[in-house]
Amino acid sequence: MISRRQFLSTSAALGGGLLIGFRTSAAAESPSGAPFAPNAFIRIGSDGQIVLTMPYVEMGQGTYTSIPMLIAEELEVDLKQVRLEHAPPDEKLYANPLLGVQATGNSNAIRGSWKPLREAGATARTLLVSAAAKRWNVDPASCRAQSGEVRHAPTGRRLKYGELAADAARMPVPEKLVLKSPADFKLIGTSAKRLDTPSKVNGSAVYGIDARPPGVKIATLAQSPVFGGRVKSVDDAKAKAVKGVRQVVRLDDAVAVVADHMGAAKKGMAALVIEWDEGAHAKLDTQQIADGLEKATLNPGAVAQNIGDTEKAMASAVTKVEATYQVPFLAHATMEPMNCTAHVRKDGCEIWVGNQALGRAQAVAAKAAGLPLDKVVVHNHLIGGGFGRRLEVDGVIRAVQIAMQVDGPVKVVWTREEDIQHDMYRPSFFDRISAGLDAKGMPVAWNNRFAGSSVIARWLPPGFNNGLDPDTTEGAIDLVYALPNMHVEYVRAEPPGIPTAFWRSVGPSHNVFVTESFIDELAAAAKRDPVAYRRALLDKAPRAKAVLELAAQKAGWGKPLPQGVGRGVSVQHAFATYMAQVAEVEVSKDGTVRVRRVVCAVDCGTVVNPDTVRAQIQSGIIFGLTAALRGEITLKGGRVEQSNFHDYQMLRMNEAPAIEVHIVKSGEAPGGMGETGTSAISPALTNAIFAATGKRIRKLPVANQAAV
Amino acid sequence: MPHTLTINGKARSADVDDDTPMLWVLRDVLGMTGTKFGCGLGLCGACTIHLDGKPVRSCITPVAAAAGKRITTIEAVGATATGRKIQQAWIDLEVPQCGYCQSGQIMSATALLAAKPNPTDSDIDAAMSGNVCRCGTYVRIREGIKHAANAKKGA
Repeated sequence: MISRRQFLSTSAALGGGLLIGFRTSAAAESPSGAPFAPNAFIRIGSDGQIVLTMPYVEMGQGTYTSIPMLIAEELEVDLKQVRLEHAPPDEKLYANPLLGVQATGNSNAIRGSWKPLREAGATARTLLVSAAAKRWNVDPASCRAQSGEVRHAPTGRRLKYGELAADAARMPVPEKLVLKSPADFKLIGTSAKRLDTPSKVNGSAVYGIDARPPGVKIATLAQSPVFGGRVKSVDDAKAKAVKGVRQVVRLDDAVAVVADHMGAAKKGMAALVIEWDEGAHAKLDTQQIADGLEKATLNPGAVAQNIGDTEKAMASAVTKVEATYQVPFLAHATMEPMNCTAHVRKDGCEIWVGNQALGRAQAVAAKAAGLPLDKVVVHNHLIGGGFGRRLEVDGVIRAVQIAMQVDGPVKVVWTREEDIQHDMYRPSFFDRISAGLDAKGMPVAWNNRFAGSSVIARWLPPGFNNGLDPDTTEGAIDLVYALPNMHVEYVRAEPPGIPTAFWRSVGPSHNVFVTESFIDELAAAAKRDPVAYRRALLDKAPRAKAVLELAAQKAGWGKPLPQGVGRGVSVQHAFATYMAQVAEVEVSKDGTVRVRRVVCAVDCGTVVNPDTVRAQIQSGIIFGLTAALRGEITLKGGRVEQSNFHDYQMLRMNEAPAIEVHIVKSGEAPGGMGETGTSAISPALTNAIFAATGKRIRKLPVANQAAV
Repeated sequence: MPHTLTINGKARSADVDDDTPMLWVLRDVLGMTGTKFGCGLGLCGACTIHLDGKPVRSCITPVAAAAGKRITTIEAVGATATGRKIQQAWIDLEVPQCGYCQSGQIMSATALLAAKPNPTDSDIDAAMSGNVCRCGTYVRIREGIKHAANAKKGA
């Protein structure tokens, strides 16, 4: 049965019980006349088991806990009673409402689920109550749902959900739905224990790399070290002599060694002699790409935002400030190296992988294997770090290509070197930015033109229109500050010879660094305090102003600091969340930067799980600091120069700052949390370096630029 | 000739080259996938196991060097009082995020606590800086070790 509001359907579940289908989207109503298509399901079995089938994947962000919390809250059951099932790949069914494809990314799982999951839970609760009332022949208003059963207080009767589920499936969908008032929330807003934690402390959690279908062989691969190159020749005599090596697979642009175990595969790989035809990019280096981007900003781009008349305002400004900014290519370096297990038979294909975009994984596997979509089964797994890398399916294609030449299942495991040198990278950007200030030093004109890759244009072509996409410009437009005249242009410039991809905090990872550094430059030009200067521009953005004031207060902004120590601030509105950070850094004479403390104030609307919010901010800050301090992928001779954690370095325990998170209470709709901490930290860091040393960092990473 | 190994108190054997890293013996030959691969060069600590109670990086520990020693992995570290307290602290403080590096973190932390029941911040830095966490759970790992140390006193 489909309700008039067309946001959900109810029916009897297979094997008895109640099945509710709904759409995870804030704007969930199907267009009039269109058939209703649910993309998530709640099943209440006759045994009382509640199963939620959902399209989001767990990669550490806590979504396997926070999404079921929404259902459990309205259903009046303990969180432990809700079991989760991975949704199988199906683009039509499980497309992410904010992305349009089946994917987990852009910090939008809670944003897209907040209303529909609670509505679905409330519908189930209402149906169960109606079924009980009918059976007892009493007024539903005299019944209450509580702790997984319906109770009739006047007579003390009670029935468990499982006993009511089959009847509930036959009740009409309620015309009016009453969602719980926030004052009655028992789960939402509490730090419910994460459901995935116990398996992550005893080695029993199963990631893609842990898949072991019977008879699986292990392969490792070498892809052309220059992007776009080809295999010219392979001498595999020595490799095949290695104990445990079973086979050498040659592809057009890669070679794989298949063995009984990874030790043998790696030893075999080291014994291979491969000659490459390096192709068109053999002489490419990163400086050429950077020069190309700089040149690209000299030409007009697509207008991302225009407010007022910037040219006129600039001409009449008392002071003009100009700067250029640059950010590098970055690798994802997920702790779980890229891997995918595939078993290709004549009549079908099975894939074992941890991926953020399952429907896409299935589609590329089918295409590579030359099989119809319904002959490809994808088993998804926990993800040992996504950060955008596992929105890509290049590894699935590789595994299928190799598996087509192997008898039985084969697990293709990338070495760390292969993982870093054949990543798809956060694009580098070049920004040309200027502002005009009035006599008091306040901005009257803001002009920003930047050039770099659009990941959306490749990944989701319909999202790229008129030279623009919503991701590449996020954080560069719709600034929180009152800027009377503002002009922002984006020039799409795709780098040759290096693939680009989403990277945690996506567009804002670049744009917030530039805009929050530049507003700091304006404060310095106006000889104003960076917090006071920002606050003066935030009268029309009360939520931004509130987080700024809270972060400044908690950080002790303005209190004296020793020589060589400075505080820097950033304010950000991205992923529908407001955030301010204050970083406190110590810079030694040789330029070593030590981040002592980071204070973060966040207003992410209604908080579903405060401990997860804190965890995501701690995580995002470390991720962003790692990149800002030393993250950089460079090319020389068309090859990525970095290869492992010795030359693509991660922040470690001895360098991790103290992190304080302060959450603003809010009844607004929830904002995204997975990425905000990452983009907000880099300008807070470099602004703090400026405060400590007077050096303005306009090019990331910081590396040794802070040396005096 | 197959290597005879004592893993988590049980005798196991693996017919691999002497120089095969323990990591692959555990994961691929014996199917014990709790120990994780991160870098292959001893740079990230994801593959940490104990040999006679001491933490080592299994990705650079040849099987021949592990033979004759007591090998402990994440699957059995909870059998020791210290390991169990670390695991419980990790649950109490919600340390893991993606969780992939946490097997190694727990093995390093357990070895630290077994050697130094009341570690200082610099002890923690020294023992734990070889373990990379890309989700940046360092703040909670530090708290977790202290939490476990305090639980120990109470026990």
